[in-house]
Amino acid sequence: MNPANYVILSAILFSLGAIGVLVRRNAIIVFMSVELMLNAANLAFVAFARMNGNLDGQVAAFFVMVVAAAEVVVGLAIIVTIFRSRRSASIDEPNLLKY
Amino acid sequence: MNILAAVGIEVPFTLPIVDYNAIAPLLILLGAGVVSVLVEAMLPRGSRRFIQLFIVFGALVAALAWIFTITGVRVITAEGAIAIDGPALVMQGAILVLAILGALLMAERSIDPSGDAFAARASALPGSEDEKQFTARGYLQTEVWPLFLFAVSGMVLFVSANDLLLMFVALEVMSLPLYLLAGMARRRRLLSQEAALKYFLLGAFSSAFFIYGVALVYGYAASTQLPAIASVLTAKPGQTSLALIGMALILVGLLFKVAAVPFHQWTPDVYQGAPTAVTGFMAATVKIAAFGALMRVLYVAFGGMRWDWVPMMWIIAILTMLVGSIIAISQSDIKRMLAYSSIAQAGFILVGVIAASPAGLAGALFYLIAYGFTTIGAFAVISMVRDESGEATNLSKWAGLGRKSPFVGSVFALFMLALAGIPLTSGFIGKFSVFAAAIASGDTWLVIVAVVASIIAAFFYVRVIVVMFFTEPGPQTASVEVPSVFTTIALAAGATVTLVLGILPQPVLELVSNADLFIR
Repeated sequence: MNPANYVILSAILFSLGAIGVLVRRNAIIVFMSVELMLNAANLAFVAFARMNGNLDGQVAAFFVMVVAAAEVVVGLAIIVTIFRSRRSASIDEPNLLKY
Repeated sequence: MNILAAVGIEVPFTLPIVDYNAIAPLLILLGAGVVSVLVEAMLPRGSRRFIQLFIVFGALVAALAWIFTITGVRVITAEGAIAIDGPALVMQGAILVLAILGALLMAERSIDPSGDAFAARASALPGSEDEKQFTARGYLQTEVWPLFLFAVSGMVLFVSANDLLLMFVALEVMSLPLYLLAGMARRRRLLSQEAALKYFLLGAFSSAFFIYGVALVYGYAASTQLPAIASVLTAKPGQTSLALIGMALILVGLLFKVAAVPFHQWTPDVYQGAPTAVTGFMAATVKIAAFGALMRVLYVAFGGMRWDWVPMMWIIAILTMLVGSIIAISQSDIKRMLAYSSIAQAGFILVGVIAASPAGLAGALFYLIAYGFTTIGAFAVISMVRDESGEATNLSKWAGLGRKSPFVGSVFALFMLALAGIPLTSGFIGKFSVFAAAIASGDTWLVIVAVVASIIAAFFYVRVIVVMFFTEPGPQTASVEVPSVFTTIALAAGATVTLVLGILPQPVLELVSNADLFIR
């Protein structure tokens, strides 16, 4: 199968993730959408590695996975703290900082 | 190579060549970060603060001293992933000096009667019985120090990353600790947590754009190393659409860290909500690190596409200067006002970046250093101005402060004048060198817009001085707490450098012009 199709699929996944970040209201779901965007980048890396015929892209995918895992640790810590103090993970409710 | 091994062909394992001398500052900081984590895990609570401070200041000073011994090094090492060159060394040095000042602010313990700037236990619910207990027992969250060290290591790596993948890793090593530090304030904890949430979600969003851009550029150039991308761009100049989209997405990620409009929305919230010591540290150092990476990407990798990115950066620079300056006028919170000011300043530095000449690079570097010292000093003052509820950041509480505490008021006035770019302060020399470089490169209209924006910006800086000195102090007026030696040193250093760079800028101007260009 033509690897270019995977690049197109990754672009679709990336867009879905970006839309998810912009329209969803739960911090966890927003965060999941960010992870979807990172994984779309992984798919693009691997597809391009196949098209370019070198391994750099596959190695890059590993790095992105590790970084995504680190981001989960920090992100969930912050979201859980917010949830414990507000009893809600909605990103509309924290609105003390404005103007 | 694995394929060769699988079919039985012996492949000799060759060690990558790493110039350990050139990357030693980075290794010192990362090593200290790891030791610092172990200290948290193993040592009793009471002894931790002293040992952590020892490690942090020891590592920062050692890394800085090492940089002074390798000032002549110009090398690409670690299989092409790290470039140690003139601009990288200047920025690493500046980041380390400012990190020392930031650490001094974070170590301050005598301004707040109940402890340092950080929550006694960040996991305790705000307002709960637990929190009161932890505060009453005088617990300190010493975990901030490992986080701080990792953030500094990320910045030091970020300005010398010569590979987009390494740049992404450095971006995250720098940002993740900062997300956490932003959420750990001792007072107004809901605001602080909200700042951390906003910073984290938007930061993760922007770094996803960055890495997808890297993937597309990799698809175009078959490599993530900046010089390799540049040579592919010259080899096949016709089909650059994939590289263009990739570059645009990478720039989204970098301009977010720089706080350029339209990617600036996080800045005011995070600057206001984060503990003031962290805000000062972050405002000064992240700006340098992000501009360093931005310039390296634009000049080294995409120098051949200059005519594609210059119009885009023109629009962003103009928007950044105008939006930052105009919105700052309507702010009533001093931390928020400085956040919009930092957005406007990012626009002025972008003018130097757009010039894309040796003079523009030198001007931008000088501006970044001058801005860093001024900002960290300004936030040091803000951390000292308090009333019974904590820091008094509302401008109405600053009315008459200059008459009540003339010395601190004058120092803050100096910082405001420097940010406005008044002669005899570092801000003037910075603006002058950036604007002169832009005119020399033919961007006269951009400089005209920049001058108009700096006149608008001067209004709100001078307004703070007017509020402080030309209003009678009332019962509302906050008082200035006497800090310990930590904040005093940071404040004195910020004020001295701001003044000295304004009167005798020559040594630093020579330093930044002798830094050469980024190596390829």
